[in-house]
Amino acid sequence: MARFGMVIDTRQCVGCMDCVVACKVENDVPDGFCRDWINQRLEGTMPDLRLTITSERCNHCDRPPCVSCCPTGASHVHEPGKVVLVDHGKCIGCKACLASCPYGARFIHPEGYADKCTFCIHRVEKGELPACVAVCPTHAMHFGDLDDPGSGLNRLLASRRHFVLKPDAGTQPRIFYLE
Amino acid sequence: MLELVTTRDNPMIDPTMHVWGWEIPVYLFLGGWVAGSMVLAGWFMRQGRRPGDGCVCYVLPWVSLLLISLGMGALFLDLEHRLYVWRMYLTLQPASPMSWGGWILLLVYPVLALSALVSIPGDWLERWPAVKRLAARLGEATASRTLGHANIVTGVALGIYTGILLSSLGARPLWASAALGPLFLVSGLSTGAAFAHVISRKPGDQATLLRADNVFLAVELLLIGLFLIGLSTASAVHANAAALLLGGPYTAVFWVFVVGLGIVLPLAIQTLMASHRIPHTLVAPVLVMAGGLALRFVIVSAGQYSHWISP
Repeated sequence: MARFGMVIDTRQCVGCMDCVVACKVENDVPDGFCRDWINQRLEGTMPDLRLTITSERCNHCDRPPCVSCCPTGASHVHEPGKVVLVDHGKCIGCKACLASCPYGARFIHPEGYADKCTFCIHRVEKGELPACVAVCPTHAMHFGDLDDPGSGLNRLLASRRHFVLKPDAGTQPRIFYLE
Repeated sequence: MLELVTTRDNPMIDPTMHVWGWEIPVYLFLGGWVAGSMVLAGWFMRQGRRPGDGCVCYVLPWVSLLLISLGMGALFLDLEHRLYVWRMYLTLQPASPMSWGGWILLLVYPVLALSALVSIPGDWLERWPAVKRLAARLGEATASRTLGHANIVTGVALGIYTGILLSSLGARPLWASAALGPLFLVSGLSTGAAFAHVISRKPGDQATLLRADNVFLAVELLLIGLFLIGLSTASAVHANAAALLLGGPYTAVFWVFVVGLGIVLPLAIQTLMASHRIPHTLVAPVLVMAGGLALRFVIVSAGQYSHWISP
């Protein structure tokens, strides 16, 4: 079975926010909300500074706390791809999933249900890339099957040092950032 | 230098998460109060107290029905997708304490309703002979003891689940403690005992409830100590969360209103009351109940403020 994931090259990402805009347009994300966003982390002391730009979203964790805490089963792991999704018709808006996500990846849609990145599963199931990946002008973002040893993702992960966000939260995120 | 700039500005999430307002602490407080009342009422029922004895155990179910309904009202107000609430009862999610809670609340109502039914005088039920027969049967010694057991089991489940509910949300380090379940249960027991002490008209029962409340308050202090020690000696993330109550922004409200005015002072007053050095007063039980409410507000608010510190 496929296990979709993402690899993002922090050396190629310039923080242009094309991914953010593409997501808003593709998924009709309401004003004042976002399913993905850009973080810029500046560390060091002048003149030795290091800037890390990360395009962030739901990490579609292998151990998703938002799924286990959901009282109605609205938050679920979708097959194929093991993508974490929300069934809007089952969500009661209790916000337990918002509280359980260490990444702050979810929000309450103005219509009342919990909302978040879906890896554009409606596009992926048609053989297309997620909107954010498709529009990235520097080709910093890569999407594919982490369970396929020959996939581009696994080749990148084997060849470059990488990290995940908040590894100590124990959620086993599936978005990897190349250093 | 470390500077973080984010383009994310989602309501309730940024700049710090605040998804639960007053509704959840109020629900947790009322739920705990009902849980404590059910356990105490069940304990008296198990002793074979009769409805005509004037025992507080036949008043508590009526009050509890009102309180749990108010609590569920607060819970309902907190929901963002309210018309879909019935979805809770189409499934049981074993990994979700919130799902267990929904079903526990569904059990609480019939247990409370049957307990309340026993105390209705038979004359009032003449129009409904079937209900009258049921009330009479429940009033028999064996059925009354069974009802007592049902109250205790359901009350413990209700009291403990509220704490487990928070501790299962691992992204909030302050709640990542197994002590929260027992702490909320004991806090509910002390709230229930304080209230029962106030409304009880039997001096013997008042003395029993007073002594029981003192034990609950002492255990609550112990559990708060274990809760803070456990977090402080765990990872840096958890120690930072504990620091919110040990020098951080929630320190004053926690130590003054929860520990000082909500536990230590009433425990001191009630110890004097139990040894007959001062007369029974409303002050201590009211402080205990206010402390129980403050505990829920502080834990829910500080827990949302706590977060994972790594990038």
